[in-house]
Amino acid sequence: MKPFEHVRAERTERALAAHARHPRAQYLAGGTNLVDLMKLGVLDPPLLVDIGRLPLDTVAETSDGGLGIGATVRNSDLAAHPLVRSRYPVLSQALLSGASPQLRNVATTGGNLLQRTRCPYFQDVSHPCNKREPGTGCPARDGVHRDLAVLGHSAHCVATHPSDMAVALAALDARVRLLGPDGARELPLTDFHRLPGDRPERDTVLRPGELVTEVVLPPPAGTSAYRKARDRASYAFALASVAAVLAVADGRVRHAALAFGGLAHRPWRARAAEEVLRGAPADEETFARAVDAELAAARPLRDNGFKVPLARGLAVRVLTDLAAAS
Amino acid sequence: MDREGTAGRDDGRGEGRDGPEGPTSSVTLRVNGTVHALRLDNRTTLLDALREHLDLTGAKKGCDHGQCGACTVLVGGRRVNSCLLLAVACDEPVTTVEGLARDGRLHPLQEAFVARDALQCGYCTPGQICSAVALLDEAAAGHPSHVTPPHAARAEGAADLTRDEIRERMSGNLCRCGAYPHIVDAVADAHRETVR
Ligand SMILES: Cc1cc2nc3c(=O)[nH]c(=O)nc-3n(C[C@H](O)[C@H](O)[C@H](O)COP(=O)(O)OP(=O)(O)OC[C@H]3O[C@@H](n4cnc5c(N)ncnc54)[C@H](O)[C@@H]3O)c2cc1C
Ligand code: SF4
Ligand code: FES
Ligand code: FES
Repeated sequence: MKPFEHVRAERTERALAAHARHPRAQYLAGGTNLVDLMKLGVLDPPLLVDIGRLPLDTVAETSDGGLGIGATVRNSDLAAHPLVRSRYPVLSQALLSGASPQLRNVATTGGNLLQRTRCPYFQDVSHPCNKREPGTGCPARDGVHRDLAVLGHSAHCVATHPSDMAVALAALDARVRLLGPDGARELPLTDFHRLPGDRPERDTVLRPGELVTEVVLPPPAGTSAYRKARDRASYAFALASVAAVLAVADGRVRHAALAFGGLAHRPWRARAAEEVLRGAPADEETFARAVDAELAAARPLRDNGFKVPLARGLAVRVLTDLAAAS
Repeated sequence: MDREGTAGRDDGRGEGRDGPEGPTSSVTLRVNGTVHALRLDNRTTLLDALREHLDLTGAKKGCDHGQCGACTVLVGGRRVNSCLLLAVACDEPVTTVEGLARDGRLHPLQEAFVARDALQCGYCTPGQICSAVALLDEAAAGHPSHVTPPHAARAEGAADLTRDEIRERMSGNLCRCGAYPHIVDAVADAHRETVR
């Protein structure tokens, strides 16, 4: 690990000011991804601005009946929060399906959104990688890519975003609040993460020095659930996962939001599937047709074609279960 | 809060100082009830601070990347992987496996591990035990897990610790010797002991 300065920020404005001292400074939240990548030599920030004690650690109901989730709320606390468990089960389930209890006790909302890909070449500095070193190439495309993207990838990068939490947030129509040197802004979570295109080094639209301060959920729009397929029963990243929110009235779909994890460079909101679902009979046949409409866009690589039927099965199952329960 | 000399403060006048190896900070760690004032290279993880600077070698280094749980200790009563926690970022009391015994008596989980023969080589054991101590507290507080049925997730009160629940809740601790069945037995025993 390269030497670095460590500065503890107690207030949000101080964090921004400290970060401005160095162009390659990094915010340190739980450190479960950042410290790991520093040990691997993937990142070598000269300055860490420790935001672990910023007063952004609360979960509170908003005036419209939604939920405001601070950027430094720990993943375990969020998963166990009574309002999350009762109103947004998809979020609690997604969090609990990720990492381990030890990691979730430390990992934060902001850090979870901004965790880097688990692409093996990205994590190994002895290989080229467009995301780590722009312009060096993408060995994953023709190399080891069983765990990587089937949707939205580019010639420059086929990585996936590893977060489970972010997939749930995408289906919940969450919004992300940011504070940067140029002020505050807010955007839908689905616009926060990018597709790789020809700039795979940029995971998100976050600007230099910008801090995630809060994630805001609208009131729940239906019943919800998360389902994840992985290589072992626990403590593994998703091969494919699905977050779904469903509301049914008189046997027809009143609201449906569907997002896939493990398939793309960002949580994949399935708008084409939702189009088919809206107003249609809430039955398995419709669900299968909707999911197929979405996955028609899949472009599997040599070794990850299995993800398409896997994701299809997960999505149809989750929607069917939700319909049965409502 | 137990922390005195914090690493560089946000006013930029902090106590950070450049040593030959790189920036260092004065760090106050409270471990198993004893306060230690240390000057550490900022790169030092809590695990290395415990093992290399405080001679507390109970917490083990397995993977050093958050993947195995051998380094599990309690920070502010919560289980964490000490290999991914920078010592300069640690400002709550730390409990390691060395600090679990009370008045010369082993912690009920330590006793259960011995009684159930829940180990072979023992390398993962300190991490397993610290993890299990926190597991019982989390379950008592009603925290759900990935295998908790959704209807139970809405219920109040302590979580029902089935074998599946124990396995899932211990999944952050790997055991290369495969002592899992006895580890689950030991945790179940200690749980029965504590809820009695
Ligand atoms: C063995 C292992 C298994 C895992 N399995 C899973 C899994 O199955 N599913 C899953 O979803 N995750 C998994 N994870 C990843 C884990 O969820 C992330 O490491 C964690 O969420 C990161 O949060 P953190 O607070 O520790 O972030 P940090 O490591 O502190 O930060 C990560 C990045 O985010 C930036 N950052 C953090 N907070 C902010 C903020 N508020 N504003 C701006 N920038 C910020 C940091 O500068 C850094 O670049 C796993 C991790 C490990 C080590
Ligand atoms: S898929 Fe992306 S992260 Fe992986 S090697 Fe290619 S460019 Fe790098
Ligand atoms: S040594 Fe920390 S998790 Fe393996
Ligand atoms: S007893 Fe040997 S690793 Fe667990």
